Amino acid sequence: MWTIIHKMGSPPWFFRISGVLVRWLLPITVMLLVCGALWGLLVAPPDFRQGNSYRIIYIHVPSAVVALAGYYVMAFAGAVSLIWRIKMADVTMRAAAPVGAVLTAIALVTGAIWGKPTWGTWWVWDARITSMLILLFLYLGVVALFEAYENKTAAARACAVLSLVGTVNIPIIYKSVDWWYSLHQPASIKFTGESAIDASMLYPLLLMIVAFYCLFAVAVLLNMRAELTWQHREAGWLRQIVSGA
Amino acid sequence: MSYSKTSIWQPMSSEVASLSIWGAFARQFMRHCKSLVGSPADAINPLLFFFMVVTLFPLGLGPDPQRLAGMAPGILWVVALLSSLMVSAKLFASDYEDGSLEQLAMAPYPLAVLVMGEVAAHWIATGVLLALVSPVFATMLGLSSAALPTLVASLMLGTLSLTLIGAVGSALTVSIRRGGLLLSLLIIPLNVPVLIFGTTAVSEAVIDGNTVSWLALLGGLALGSLALLPLAIGAALRVSLDN
Amino acid sequence: MYFESLAAAWYMDGHGFYVWLAYALTAIPLCFMVWLPLKRMRQHWRWIQAEQRRQAAATATEAGI
Repeated sequence: MWTIIHKMGSPPWFFRISGVLVRWLLPITVMLLVCGALWGLLVAPPDFRQGNSYRIIYIHVPSAVVALAGYYVMAFAGAVSLIWRIKMADVTMRAAAPVGAVLTAIALVTGAIWGKPTWGTWWVWDARITSMLILLFLYLGVVALFEAYENKTAAARACAVLSLVGTVNIPIIYKSVDWWYSLHQPASIKFTGESAIDASMLYPLLLMIVAFYCLFAVAVLLNMRAELTWQHREAGWLRQIVSGA
Repeated sequence: MSYSKTSIWQPMSSEVASLSIWGAFARQFMRHCKSLVGSPADAINPLLFFFMVVTLFPLGLGPDPQRLAGMAPGILWVVALLSSLMVSAKLFASDYEDGSLEQLAMAPYPLAVLVMGEVAAHWIATGVLLALVSPVFATMLGLSSAALPTLVASLMLGTLSLTLIGAVGSALTVSIRRGGLLLSLLIIPLNVPVLIFGTTAVSEAVIDGNTVSWLALLGGLALGSLALLPLAIGAALRVSLDN
Repeated sequence: MYFESLAAAWYMDGHGFYVWLAYALTAIPLCFMVWLPLKRMRQHWRWIQAEQRRQAAATATEAGI
């Protein structure tokens, strides 16, 4: 266990492994995304109530799911960095924050576009949309806090504290927003009931969720590699890789 | 005995080393209370802010008593949240600037405990005071008098969480120049549950509904924050001292 | 394929605008999300190569003296 953690904390090892990983994962991700999108857009049947507008679900739900999971990834990296002071965990946290923020923003924008044909307005203070908005603020807070600190080691630890507090708070926020919405639910907006989703619609959705997870991993790894290249620009092992390439 | 800010936590002082944890907490608490008595504006300004913003709502929304009464729980809670945001920006600022925070971090006691003394005094000066005065503003907005006890209770419990969350934000941003706007970005999302539970408790009280469970939720939040956030505040202050 | 023609897939019974807009607004940031770190990486790579050339030139002149 310890040897693995130590290896993961070693930049040369990580740089080599992540290079191989990205080379494989990036084409696979693109393929999964294209297949899933085409399947969802062109092959899957339309919803009997919402018609074709429901096809937005194939990007809305995956981005929302991965955005939420991304916050936990970030907070976990923050905890590792606080407890073991591993530099690589700082880099992971720093790399995951903007990716998560972009995914959250995508979930919000697609949700708003979906709302127009379904509910007739661009924005509805629906429980899930409101929770995503708050998640976006949480992400932006982490990014802004990191940028505001001059000492980047201290910045990473400050972001770790903030994201841990946020992690504990996220379930409470989700639950409270849920209750708030059920208390105030306007009569004009009918919630589509929890009906069982047909397999012909479910499979492309699952495919897209897997694709978005892969995309999150690829984007975080690429960010980490770019950051590591700059941090270790004077190091011999990196110079060797560069001149060898 | 001198209470000058920079000297009391000299780590070498034998008197300090002999205090119990509670003694250290009480000492920090008293020190902050004295500084508040010395400059009462720190406690009165948030109340004035509360008063002025409450005045803005009838001007913005129109004087219709029924509509104002319907919105009163939300207005009062949002303004309470804003005023807590405003005061928490300055919570650790003077301690950071005059170096007493550094002394505090070197004192032979857990930083979380010492900081809690300060936060407790701050909560009494702003949160409790605000809760006690709030019935006046609530009556001006036409909130039914049956809801006033719930309002006071919900603000008491809620401002405890708000103060603790605000202290985390303040500790994280104290070393940053112009951290005020950043502070609101950091802590407003974390304050959402408090706002929802508090507003709902008061709204339920107006219609004579189920207030107890919402107050219990607020109490639960306050207890949870009390258990976990002091550690976060301590860690955040140490980070800020490193920056 | 569910649709009879590409035109029908484009129109989507009137929902086409929303669906294609949502997919476009997703695709653009996702492309940037992958492209920006790659660009940064390439820049750093070039910086290191230039640095290496400069150092090699410096040692060469020293050896020449």
